[in-house]
Amino acid sequence: MTSTETITRAEYCAVACAEIFDGAGEIVASPMTPMATLGARLARLTTEPDLLMSDGEALLFADTPPLGGKSPIEGWIPFHKVFDVLASGRRHVVMGANQIDRFGNQNLSAFGPHQQPTRQMFGLRGAPGNTINHATSYWVAKHNKRVFVDAVDIVCGVGYDKVDPDNPAFRFHKIHRVVTNLGVFDFEGPDHTMRARSLHPGVTPEEVAENTSFEVAGLADAPVTAAPTAEQLRIIREVLDPKKIREREVPTA
Amino acid sequence: MKDKRMSLDDVVGELRSGMTIGIGGWGSRRKPMALVRAILRSDLTDLTVVTYGGPDLGLLCSAGKVRKAYYGFVSLDSAPFYDPWFGKARTTGAIVSREMDEGMLKAGLEAAAARLPFLPIRAGLGSDVFTFWEGELKTVTSPYPAPDGRSETLTAMPALNLDAALVHLDLADEHGNAAYTGIDPYFDDLYCMAAERRYLTAERVVSTEELVKTVAPQQLLLNRMMVDGVIEAPNGAHFTFAGDYKRDEKFQRHYVEAAKTPESWQQFTDTYLAVSEDEYQAAVRRFAEEA
Repeated sequence: MTSTETITRAEYCAVACAEIFDGAGEIVASPMTPMATLGARLARLTTEPDLLMSDGEALLFADTPPLGGKSPIEGWIPFHKVFDVLASGRRHVVMGANQIDRFGNQNLSAFGPHQQPTRQMFGLRGAPGNTINHATSYWVAKHNKRVFVDAVDIVCGVGYDKVDPDNPAFRFHKIHRVVTNLGVFDFEGPDHTMRARSLHPGVTPEEVAENTSFEVAGLADAPVTAAPTAEQLRIIREVLDPKKIREREVPTA
Repeated sequence: MKDKRMSLDDVVGELRSGMTIGIGGWGSRRKPMALVRAILRSDLTDLTVVTYGGPDLGLLCSAGKVRKAYYGFVSLDSAPFYDPWFGKARTTGAIVSREMDEGMLKAGLEAAAARLPFLPIRAGLGSDVFTFWEGELKTVTSPYPAPDGRSETLTAMPALNLDAALVHLDLADEHGNAAYTGIDPYFDDLYCMAAERRYLTAERVVSTEELVKTVAPQQLLLNRMMVDGVIEAPNGAHFTFAGDYKRDEKFQRHYVEAAKTPESWQQFTDTYLAVSEDEYQAAVRRFAEEA
Protein backbone atom coordinates (compact mmCIF):
# COMPACT_ATOMS: atom_id res chain seq x y z
CA MET A 1 0.00 0.00 0.00
CA THR A 2 1.16 3.49 -0.82
CA SER A 3 0.78 5.82 2.11
CA THR A 4 -1.29 8.89 1.31
CA GLU A 5 -0.82 10.31 4.80
CA THR A 6 2.54 11.92 4.21
CA ILE A 7 2.24 13.50 0.79
CA THR A 8 5.17 15.83 0.20
CA ARG A 9 5.13 19.26 -1.42
CA ALA A 10 7.20 17.84 -4.26
CA GLU A 11 4.48 15.25 -4.92
CA TYR A 12 1.81 17.95 -5.14
CA CYS A 13 4.10 19.77 -7.61
CA ALA A 14 4.56 16.63 -9.71
CA VAL A 15 0.81 16.11 -10.00
CA ALA A 16 0.27 19.79 -10.83
CA CYS A 17 2.90 19.47 -13.57
CA ALA A 18 1.11 16.37 -14.88
CA GLU A 19 -2.20 18.26 -15.03
CA ILE A 20 -0.57 20.80 -17.36
CA PHE A 21 -1.05 18.16 -20.07
CA ASP A 22 -4.74 17.39 -19.44
CA GLY A 23 -6.38 16.98 -22.84
CA ALA A 24 -3.12 17.45 -24.76
CA GLY A 25 -3.59 14.33 -26.88
CA GLU A 26 -1.03 13.18 -29.45
CA ILE A 27 1.57 15.96 -29.26
CA VAL A 28 5.17 16.28 -28.09
CA ALA A 29 5.55 17.14 -24.42
CA SER A 30 8.79 19.07 -23.94
CA PRO A 31 9.54 19.47 -20.25
CA MET A 32 12.83 21.28 -19.63
CA THR A 33 13.36 20.48 -15.93
CA PRO A 34 13.27 17.30 -13.79
CA MET A 35 9.98 18.20 -12.04
CA ALA A 36 8.23 19.03 -15.31
CA THR A 37 9.62 15.80 -16.77
CA LEU A 38 8.23 13.84 -13.84
CA GLY A 39 4.89 15.55 -14.41
CA ALA A 40 4.83 14.82 -18.14
CA ARG A 41 5.68 11.17 -17.58
CA LEU A 42 3.05 10.89 -14.86
CA ALA A 43 0.53 12.33 -17.32
CA ARG A 44 1.56 9.79 -19.93
CA LEU A 45 1.09 6.90 -17.50
CA THR A 46 -2.33 8.15 -16.36
CA THR A 47 -4.50 10.56 -18.36
CA GLU A 48 -2.44 11.24 -21.52
CA PRO A 49 -1.14 7.95 -22.93
CA ASP A 50 -0.73 9.40 -26.43
CA LEU A 51 1.90 12.03 -25.49
CA LEU A 52 5.23 11.83 -27.34
CA MET A 53 8.44 12.38 -25.40
CA SER A 54 12.06 12.72 -26.37
CA ASP A 55 15.12 11.59 -24.48
CA GLY A 56 16.42 15.17 -24.45
CA GLU A 57 18.75 14.42 -27.35
CA ALA A 58 17.05 13.20 -30.56
CA LEU A 59 15.10 10.00 -29.86
CA LEU A 60 11.45 9.48 -28.97
CA PHE A 61 10.80 7.15 -26.04
CA ALA A 62 8.42 4.25 -26.77
CA ASP A 63 7.94 3.61 -23.05
CA THR A 64 7.86 5.89 -20.04
CA PRO A 65 11.09 5.35 -18.10
CA PRO A 66 11.89 6.65 -14.62
CA LEU A 67 13.83 9.92 -14.34
CA GLY A 68 17.33 9.21 -15.62
CA GLY A 69 16.22 5.83 -16.99
CA LYS A 70 16.35 4.30 -20.43
CA SER A 71 13.56 3.21 -22.74
CA PRO A 72 13.12 1.55 -26.11
CA ILE A 73 12.51 4.14 -28.81
CA GLU A 74 9.70 4.79 -31.25
CA GLY A 75 11.14 7.57 -33.38
CA TRP A 76 13.70 10.22 -34.25
CA ILE A 77 13.36 13.93 -33.52
CA PRO A 78 16.64 15.79 -34.14
CA PHE A 79 16.71 19.53 -33.55
CA HIS A 80 15.61 20.51 -37.05
CA LYS A 81 12.48 18.39 -36.65
CA VAL A 82 11.76 20.01 -33.29
CA PHE A 83 11.56 23.36 -35.08
CA ASP A 84 9.20 21.87 -37.65
CA VAL A 85 6.98 20.43 -34.92
CA LEU A 86 6.84 23.58 -32.85
CA ALA A 87 5.84 25.67 -35.86
CA SER A 88 3.08 23.14 -36.55
CA GLY A 89 1.77 23.63 -33.01
CA ARG A 90 1.80 19.95 -31.97
CA ARG A 91 3.85 20.63 -28.86
CA HIS A 92 3.49 21.84 -25.27
CA VAL A 93 6.69 23.05 -23.65
CA VAL A 94 7.28 23.52 -19.94
CA MET A 95 10.20 25.92 -19.56
CA GLY A 96 11.94 27.31 -16.52
CA ALA A 97 12.22 31.04 -15.92
CA ASN A 98 14.82 33.32 -14.35
CA GLN A 99 12.15 36.03 -14.36
CA ILE A 100 8.42 36.07 -15.06
CA ASP A 101 5.97 38.96 -14.81
CA ARG A 102 2.22 39.38 -14.30
CA PHE A 103 1.47 38.98 -18.02
CA GLY A 104 3.60 35.85 -18.37
CA ASN A 105 6.61 37.45 -20.03
CA GLN A 106 9.58 35.23 -19.26
CA ASN A 107 13.34 35.83 -19.19
CA LEU A 108 16.07 33.20 -19.37
CA SER A 109 18.52 35.31 -21.40
CA ALA A 110 20.33 37.78 -19.16
CA PHE A 111 19.83 40.39 -16.43
CA GLY A 112 20.30 44.05 -17.25
CA PRO A 113 20.64 45.94 -20.56
CA HIS A 114 20.45 43.92 -23.76
CA GLN A 115 23.86 44.87 -25.20
CA GLN A 116 25.73 44.88 -21.88
CA PRO A 117 23.95 42.78 -19.28
CA THR A 118 25.04 42.52 -15.66
CA ARG A 119 24.65 38.75 -15.77
CA GLN A 120 24.52 36.49 -18.81
CA MET A 121 22.43 33.31 -18.78
CA PHE A 122 21.44 31.15 -21.80
CA GLY A 123 20.11 33.68 -24.27
CA LEU A 124 16.64 33.67 -25.81
CA ARG A 125 16.85 29.98 -26.79
CA GLY A 126 13.53 28.78 -28.23
CA ALA A 127 11.33 30.91 -25.97
CA PRO A 128 10.10 33.44 -28.60
CA GLY A 129 9.22 30.65 -31.04
CA ASN A 130 7.69 28.37 -28.43
CA THR A 131 5.38 30.99 -26.99
CA ILE A 132 4.13 32.32 -30.31
CA ASN A 133 3.54 28.88 -31.83
CA HIS A 134 1.95 26.65 -29.21
CA ALA A 135 0.94 26.19 -25.59
CA THR A 136 3.66 27.05 -23.10
CA SER A 137 3.78 26.51 -19.35
CA TYR A 138 6.41 27.32 -16.73
CA TRP A 139 7.78 25.45 -13.76
CA VAL A 140 9.43 27.54 -11.02
CA ALA A 141 10.96 25.57 -8.13
CA LYS A 142 11.54 28.62 -5.92
CA HIS A 143 8.67 31.07 -5.98
CA ASN A 144 10.14 34.41 -4.86
CA LYS A 145 10.31 38.09 -5.79
CA ARG A 146 13.53 37.64 -7.75
CA VAL A 147 11.66 35.38 -10.18
CA PHE A 148 8.19 36.92 -10.04
CA VAL A 149 9.16 40.47 -10.96
CA ASP A 150 7.32 43.65 -11.85
CA ALA A 151 8.91 43.64 -15.32
CA VAL A 152 11.35 41.18 -16.89
CA ASP A 153 14.68 42.60 -18.10
CA ILE A 154 14.52 40.75 -21.43
CA VAL A 155 11.33 39.37 -23.00
CA CYS A 156 12.15 35.84 -24.18
CA GLY A 157 8.84 34.04 -23.71
CA VAL A 158 6.07 36.35 -24.93
CA GLY A 159 3.46 37.48 -22.39
CA TYR A 160 -0.13 38.53 -22.94
CA ASP A 161 0.54 42.29 -22.96
CA LYS A 162 2.82 41.79 -26.00
CA VAL A 163 0.09 40.17 -28.08
CA ASP A 164 -0.94 42.47 -30.93
CA PRO A 165 -4.71 41.98 -31.32
CA ASP A 166 -4.53 43.40 -34.84
CA ASN A 167 -2.00 40.79 -35.97
CA PRO A 168 -3.47 37.31 -36.54
CA ALA A 169 0.08 35.88 -36.38
CA PHE A 170 -0.38 35.89 -32.59
CA ARG A 171 -3.41 33.57 -32.72
CA PHE A 172 -1.54 30.49 -31.46
CA HIS A 173 -0.13 32.23 -28.36
CA LYS A 174 -1.19 30.55 -25.13
CA ILE A 175 0.53 30.69 -21.74
CA HIS A 176 -1.25 27.82 -20.08
CA ARG A 177 0.04 27.38 -16.51
CA VAL A 178 2.71 28.36 -14.06
CA VAL A 179 3.39 25.71 -11.44
CA THR A 180 5.61 26.66 -8.50
CA ASN A 181 6.56 25.25 -5.11
CA LEU A 182 3.76 27.40 -3.68
CA GLY A 183 0.85 26.87 -6.06
CA VAL A 184 -0.69 26.61 -9.49
CA PHE A 185 -1.38 29.71 -11.59
CA ASP A 186 -2.80 30.71 -14.96
CA PHE A 187 -3.37 34.02 -16.79
CA GLU A 188 -7.12 34.29 -16.43
CA GLY A 189 -6.86 37.33 -14.12
CA PRO A 190 -7.98 40.82 -15.31
CA ASP A 191 -6.38 41.65 -18.71
CA HIS A 192 -4.73 38.22 -18.83
CA THR A 193 -2.74 38.70 -15.64
CA MET A 194 -1.55 35.92 -13.37
CA ARG A 195 -4.26 34.28 -11.30
CA ALA A 196 -4.01 31.67 -8.54
CA ARG A 197 -5.78 28.43 -9.46
CA SER A 198 -4.77 26.65 -6.27
CA LEU A 199 -2.25 26.86 -3.43
CA HIS A 200 -0.44 23.81 -2.13
CA PRO A 201 -1.41 22.60 1.38
CA GLY A 202 0.16 24.79 4.07
CA VAL A 203 0.68 27.75 1.73
CA THR A 204 -1.20 30.92 2.66
CA PRO A 205 -2.27 33.72 0.32
CA GLU A 206 0.04 35.99 2.35
CA GLU A 207 3.03 33.77 1.63
CA VAL A 208 2.39 33.98 -2.12
CA ALA A 209 1.83 37.75 -1.95
CA GLU A 210 5.06 38.25 0.01
CA ASN A 211 6.98 36.28 -2.60
CA THR A 212 5.53 37.95 -5.69
CA SER A 213 6.38 41.48 -6.85
CA PHE A 214 2.93 42.04 -8.35
CA GLU A 215 -0.65 41.45 -7.30
CA VAL A 216 -1.87 37.92 -8.01
CA ALA A 217 -5.56 37.67 -8.90
CA GLY A 218 -7.79 35.23 -7.05
CA LEU A 219 -5.36 34.64 -4.19
CA ALA A 220 -7.87 34.89 -1.37
CA ASP A 221 -10.31 32.50 -3.03
CA ALA A 222 -7.81 29.95 -4.33
CA PRO A 223 -8.62 26.39 -3.26
CA VAL A 224 -6.05 23.93 -1.96
CA THR A 225 -4.26 22.00 -4.70
CA ALA A 226 -5.93 18.63 -5.16
CA ALA A 227 -4.13 15.78 -3.46
CA PRO A 228 -2.50 13.10 -5.58
CA THR A 229 -4.49 9.90 -5.83
CA ALA A 230 -3.07 6.70 -4.39
CA GLU A 231 -2.31 5.56 -7.95
CA GLN A 232 -0.48 8.78 -8.81
CA LEU A 233 1.57 8.49 -5.63
CA ARG A 234 2.44 4.89 -6.40
CA ILE A 235 3.63 5.83 -9.89
CA ILE A 236 5.67 8.79 -8.62
CA ARG A 237 7.28 6.89 -5.75
CA GLU A 238 7.73 3.41 -7.15
CA VAL A 239 7.86 3.79 -10.92
CA LEU A 240 9.07 7.21 -12.08
CA ASP A 241 11.15 8.63 -9.25
CA PRO A 242 12.25 6.01 -6.71
CA LYS A 243 15.47 7.99 -6.17
CA LYS A 244 13.45 11.06 -5.08
CA ILE A 245 15.05 13.40 -7.60
CA ARG A 246 11.92 15.54 -7.05
CA GLU A 247 13.16 16.39 -3.57
CA ARG A 248 16.21 18.16 -5.01
CA GLU A 249 14.01 20.84 -6.54
CA VAL A 250 11.40 20.94 -3.78
CA PRO A 251 12.91 19.62 -0.55
CA THR A 252 10.69 18.40 2.25
CA ALA A 253 10.94 20.91 5.06
CA MET B 1 37.83 14.51 -58.72
CA LYS B 2 39.60 17.04 -56.53
CA ASP B 3 41.64 16.07 -53.51
CA LYS B 4 40.58 18.80 -51.07
CA ARG B 5 42.74 17.77 -48.15
CA MET B 6 44.52 20.61 -46.41
CA SER B 7 45.84 21.51 -42.96
CA LEU B 8 44.14 23.44 -40.16
CA ASP B 9 46.58 26.29 -40.73
CA ASP B 10 45.82 26.26 -44.48
CA VAL B 11 42.19 26.99 -43.58
CA VAL B 12 43.15 29.86 -41.33
CA GLY B 13 45.30 31.20 -44.16
CA GLU B 14 42.20 31.44 -46.34
CA LEU B 15 40.21 33.36 -43.72
CA ARG B 16 40.42 37.13 -43.26
CA SER B 17 39.78 39.47 -40.36
CA GLY B 18 36.29 40.95 -40.49
CA MET B 19 34.72 37.86 -42.07
CA THR B 20 31.36 36.38 -41.11
CA ILE B 21 31.96 32.79 -40.03
CA GLY B 22 29.32 30.14 -39.34
CA ILE B 23 30.24 27.38 -36.92
CA GLY B 24 28.34 24.06 -37.09
CA GLY B 25 27.29 21.73 -34.28
CA TRP B 26 25.02 22.72 -31.42
CA GLY B 27 25.97 23.99 -27.93
CA SER B 28 28.70 21.69 -26.72
CA ARG B 29 27.96 19.09 -29.40
CA ARG B 30 30.15 18.19 -32.41
CA LYS B 31 31.81 21.59 -32.66
CA PRO B 32 34.75 22.06 -35.07
CA MET B 33 37.01 22.82 -32.11
CA ALA B 34 40.30 22.03 -33.88
CA LEU B 35 39.49 24.83 -36.34
CA VAL B 36 38.46 27.13 -33.49
CA ARG B 37 41.80 26.43 -31.84
CA ALA B 38 43.58 27.15 -35.13
CA ILE B 39 41.86 30.55 -35.29
CA LEU B 40 42.96 31.21 -31.71
CA ARG B 41 46.59 30.67 -32.80
CA SER B 42 46.21 33.17 -35.67
CA ASP B 43 46.07 36.97 -35.81
CA LEU B 44 42.53 36.90 -37.25
CA THR B 45 40.25 39.37 -35.51
CA ASP B 46 37.05 41.41 -35.84
CA LEU B 47 35.02 38.31 -36.74
CA THR B 48 31.25 38.06 -36.97
CA VAL B 49 30.22 34.62 -35.71
CA VAL B 50 26.97 32.78 -36.49
CA THR B 51 26.39 29.81 -34.19
CA TYR B 52 24.17 27.63 -32.06
CA GLY B 53 26.72 28.63 -29.49
CA GLY B 54 28.84 26.71 -27.06
CA PRO B 55 32.53 26.83 -26.12
CA ASP B 56 33.32 27.63 -29.77
CA LEU B 57 32.02 31.16 -29.32
CA GLY B 58 33.34 31.27 -25.75
CA LEU B 59 36.91 30.47 -26.76
CA LEU B 60 36.85 32.94 -29.65
CA CYS B 61 35.65 35.60 -27.19
CA SER B 62 38.44 34.65 -24.75
CA ALA B 63 41.00 35.78 -27.31
CA GLY B 64 39.10 38.90 -28.40
CA LYS B 65 38.44 37.51 -31.88
CA VAL B 66 34.75 38.41 -32.03
CA ARG B 67 33.19 41.75 -32.91
CA LYS B 68 29.61 40.62 -33.43
CA ALA B 69 27.69 37.41 -32.75
CA TYR B 70 24.48 36.00 -34.21
CA TYR B 71 23.24 33.21 -31.92
CA GLY B 72 20.13 31.68 -30.38
CA PHE B 73 21.86 30.69 -27.17
CA VAL B 74 25.27 29.88 -25.76
CA SER B 75 25.37 26.78 -23.60
CA LEU B 76 27.83 24.15 -22.42
CA ASP B 77 24.86 21.71 -22.33
CA SER B 78 25.90 20.26 -18.96
CA ALA B 79 26.79 21.74 -15.56
CA PRO B 80 27.93 24.47 -15.10
CA PHE B 81 26.06 25.31 -18.34
CA TYR B 82 27.08 28.97 -18.81
CA ASP B 83 30.18 29.66 -20.88
CA PRO B 84 32.50 31.90 -18.85
CA TRP B 85 34.11 33.81 -21.73
CA PHE B 86 30.89 34.51 -23.56
CA GLY B 87 29.53 35.82 -20.25
CA LYS B 88 32.54 38.11 -19.82
CA ALA B 89 32.31 39.36 -23.40
CA ARG B 90 28.64 40.21 -22.89
CA THR B 91 28.92 41.82 -19.43
CA THR B 92 31.83 43.99 -20.59
CA GLY B 93 30.00 44.98 -23.77
CA ALA B 94 32.88 43.61 -25.86
CA ILE B 95 30.66 42.16 -28.60
CA VAL B 96 27.66 43.39 -30.53
CA SER B 97 24.87 40.92 -29.81
CA ARG B 98 22.33 39.78 -32.37
CA GLU B 99 20.58 37.31 -30.12
CA MET B 100 17.57 35.54 -31.62
CA ASP B 101 15.18 32.63 -31.31
CA GLU B 102 16.76 29.28 -32.21
CA GLY B 103 14.32 28.71 -35.07
CA MET B 104 15.17 32.12 -36.53
CA LEU B 105 18.80 31.06 -36.92
CA LYS B 106 17.71 28.03 -38.94
CA ALA B 107 15.45 30.26 -41.08
CA GLY B 108 18.33 32.68 -41.67
CA LEU B 109 20.61 29.88 -42.84
CA GLU B 110 17.84 28.45 -45.04
CA ALA B 111 17.31 31.85 -46.64
CA ALA B 112 21.04 32.20 -47.33
CA ALA B 113 21.23 28.63 -48.67
CA ALA B 114 18.34 29.35 -51.06
CA ARG B 115 19.74 32.78 -52.05
CA LEU B 116 16.62 34.46 -50.70
CA PRO B 117 16.76 37.86 -48.94
CA PHE B 118 14.69 36.59 -45.99
CA LEU B 119 12.22 33.97 -44.85
CA PRO B 120 9.08 34.73 -42.85
CA ILE B 121 8.77 33.16 -39.39
CA ARG B 122 6.42 33.71 -36.47
CA ALA B 123 9.24 33.48 -33.89
CA GLY B 124 10.43 36.84 -32.67
CA LEU B 125 7.09 38.63 -32.68
CA GLY B 126 6.32 40.22 -29.32
CA SER B 127 9.73 39.31 -27.89
CA ASP B 128 12.89 41.35 -27.32
CA VAL B 129 14.61 39.87 -30.39
CA PHE B 130 13.90 43.16 -32.16
CA THR B 131 15.55 45.11 -29.32
CA PHE B 132 18.70 43.01 -29.63
CA TRP B 133 18.86 43.69 -33.37
CA GLU B 134 18.76 47.49 -33.01
CA GLY B 135 16.81 48.12 -36.21
CA GLU B 136 18.57 45.43 -38.23
CA LEU B 137 15.53 43.11 -38.10
CA LYS B 138 12.29 43.86 -39.95
CA THR B 139 8.81 42.43 -40.27
CA VAL B 140 6.89 41.51 -43.41
CA THR B 141 3.16 41.56 -44.00
CA SER B 142 1.75 38.58 -45.85
CA PRO B 143 0.19 39.31 -49.25
CA TYR B 144 -2.25 36.45 -48.55
CA PRO B 145 -5.17 36.65 -46.14
CA ALA B 146 -5.11 34.78 -42.82
CA PRO B 147 -8.09 32.46 -42.09
CA ASP B 148 -9.96 35.42 -40.55
CA GLY B 149 -9.43 37.56 -43.66
CA ARG B 150 -6.86 39.88 -42.08
CA SER B 151 -3.13 39.90 -42.94
CA GLU B 152 -0.44 38.36 -40.80
CA THR B 153 2.66 40.36 -40.04
CA LEU B 154 5.64 38.08 -39.48
CA THR B 155 9.32 38.35 -38.63
CA ALA B 156 11.33 38.73 -41.87
CA MET B 157 14.39 36.71 -40.90
CA PRO B 158 17.24 38.00 -43.08
CA ALA B 159 19.58 35.60 -44.85
CA LEU B 160 22.61 34.79 -42.72
CA ASN B 161 25.10 34.86 -45.57
CA LEU B 162 28.42 33.41 -44.46
CA ASP B 163 31.90 34.11 -45.82
CA ALA B 164 32.99 30.77 -44.41
CA ALA B 165 31.48 27.75 -42.70
CA LEU B 166 33.38 25.49 -40.29
CA VAL B 167 31.90 22.07 -39.50
CA HIS B 168 33.08 18.82 -37.95
CA LEU B 169 31.78 15.42 -39.05
CA ASP B 170 32.76 11.90 -38.13
CA LEU B 171 33.77 10.38 -41.44
CA ALA B 172 34.72 11.96 -44.78
CA ASP B 173 36.51 11.30 -48.04
CA GLU B 174 39.13 13.57 -49.61
CA HIS B 175 36.54 15.11 -51.94
CA GLY B 176 34.28 16.41 -49.18
CA ASN B 177 31.60 13.76 -49.00
CA ALA B 178 30.93 13.30 -45.31
CA ALA B 179 28.75 11.53 -42.75
CA TYR B 180 27.73 11.95 -39.14
CA THR B 181 27.64 8.79 -37.03
CA GLY B 182 25.88 10.35 -34.04
CA ILE B 183 22.16 10.84 -33.55
CA ASP B 184 21.64 14.39 -34.85
CA PRO B 185 22.89 16.08 -38.04
CA TYR B 186 22.40 19.49 -36.41
CA PHE B 187 22.51 22.16 -39.15
CA ASP B 188 25.93 21.52 -40.67
CA ASP B 189 24.51 21.04 -44.17
CA LEU B 190 22.74 24.41 -43.95
CA TYR B 191 25.90 26.16 -42.74
CA CYS B 192 27.78 24.80 -45.74
CA MET B 193 25.04 25.80 -48.17
CA ALA B 194 24.90 29.33 -46.69
CA ALA B 195 28.66 29.92 -47.09
CA GLU B 196 31.07 31.04 -49.80
CA ARG B 197 33.91 28.86 -48.48
CA ARG B 198 33.23 25.58 -46.65
CA TYR B 199 35.76 23.81 -44.41
CA LEU B 200 35.18 20.34 -43.01
CA THR B 201 37.16 18.63 -40.29
CA ALA B 202 36.53 14.93 -39.83
CA GLU B 203 37.57 12.31 -37.31
CA ARG B 204 38.81 10.17 -40.19
CA VAL B 205 39.33 10.73 -43.90
CA VAL B 206 38.87 7.48 -45.79
CA SER B 207 38.28 6.35 -49.35
CA THR B 208 34.87 7.03 -50.88
CA GLU B 209 34.34 3.27 -51.01
CA GLU B 210 34.99 2.87 -47.29
CA LEU B 211 32.88 5.93 -46.45
CA VAL B 212 29.76 4.66 -48.19
CA LYS B 213 30.32 1.13 -46.88
CA THR B 214 30.63 2.32 -43.26
CA VAL B 215 27.47 4.42 -42.94
CA ALA B 216 23.87 4.31 -44.08
CA PRO B 217 23.25 6.58 -47.10
CA GLN B 218 21.00 8.78 -44.96
CA GLN B 219 24.01 9.63 -42.77
CA LEU B 220 25.85 11.21 -45.72
CA LEU B 221 24.98 14.76 -44.73
CA LEU B 222 27.46 16.56 -46.96
CA ASN B 223 28.38 15.92 -50.57
CA ARG B 224 31.48 17.26 -52.28
CA MET B 225 29.83 20.29 -53.89
CA MET B 226 29.15 21.57 -50.37
CA VAL B 227 32.79 21.44 -49.25
CA ASP B 228 36.00 23.27 -50.29
CA GLY B 229 38.51 21.92 -47.79
CA VAL B 230 38.86 18.64 -45.88
CA ILE B 231 41.04 18.26 -42.82
CA GLU B 232 41.56 15.05 -40.88
CA ALA B 233 41.30 16.01 -37.20
CA PRO B 234 41.03 13.05 -34.84
CA ASN B 235 39.29 14.06 -31.60
CA GLY B 236 38.81 17.38 -33.37
CA ALA B 237 35.53 18.16 -31.63
CA HIS B 238 37.11 17.82 -28.18
CA PHE B 239 35.97 18.76 -25.55
CA THR B 240 32.51 18.73 -27.12
CA PHE B 241 31.16 15.36 -28.23
CA ALA B 242 31.11 13.75 -31.66
CA GLY B 243 29.55 10.61 -33.07
CA ASP B 244 32.13 8.24 -31.66
CA TYR B 245 33.01 9.84 -28.32
CA LYS B 246 31.32 11.62 -25.44
CA ARG B 247 31.79 15.14 -24.19
CA ASP B 248 34.88 15.42 -21.97
CA GLU B 249 32.93 16.70 -18.98
CA LYS B 250 35.98 16.83 -16.72
CA PHE B 251 37.91 18.92 -19.23
CA GLN B 252 34.92 21.20 -19.85
CA ARG B 253 34.70 21.87 -16.11
CA HIS B 254 38.46 22.52 -16.12
CA TYR B 255 37.92 25.09 -18.90
CA VAL B 256 35.29 26.87 -16.80
CA GLU B 257 37.43 26.75 -13.65
CA ALA B 258 40.50 28.02 -15.51
CA ALA B 259 38.60 31.10 -16.68
CA LYS B 260 38.14 32.28 -13.09
CA THR B 261 41.51 33.99 -12.58
CA PRO B 262 44.03 35.56 -14.98
CA GLU B 263 46.74 33.25 -13.62
CA SER B 264 44.80 30.02 -14.15
CA TRP B 265 43.69 31.16 -17.60
CA GLN B 266 47.28 31.98 -18.57
CA GLN B 267 48.23 28.47 -17.54
CA PHE B 268 45.32 27.01 -19.55
CA THR B 269 46.34 29.08 -22.57
CA ASP B 270 50.00 28.04 -22.31
CA THR B 271 49.08 24.38 -21.97
CA TYR B 272 46.21 24.03 -24.43
CA LEU B 273 45.83 27.02 -26.73
CA ALA B 274 49.24 28.46 -27.54
CA VAL B 275 50.26 25.07 -28.92
CA SER B 276 49.73 23.02 -32.08
CA GLU B 277 46.74 20.69 -32.45
CA ASP B 278 49.02 17.67 -31.91
CA GLU B 279 50.40 19.23 -28.73
CA TYR B 280 46.83 20.03 -27.61
CA GLN B 281 45.79 16.42 -28.05
CA ALA B 282 48.88 15.23 -26.17
CA ALA B 283 48.13 17.67 -23.33
CA VAL B 284 44.53 16.43 -23.22
CA ARG B 285 45.76 12.83 -22.91
CA ARG B 286 48.02 13.88 -20.01
CA PHE B 287 45.05 15.67 -18.39
CA ALA B 288 42.99 12.48 -18.63
CA GLU B 289 45.77 10.38 -17.11
CA GLU B 290 46.46 12.80 -14.26
CA ALA B 291 42.84 13.43 -13.40
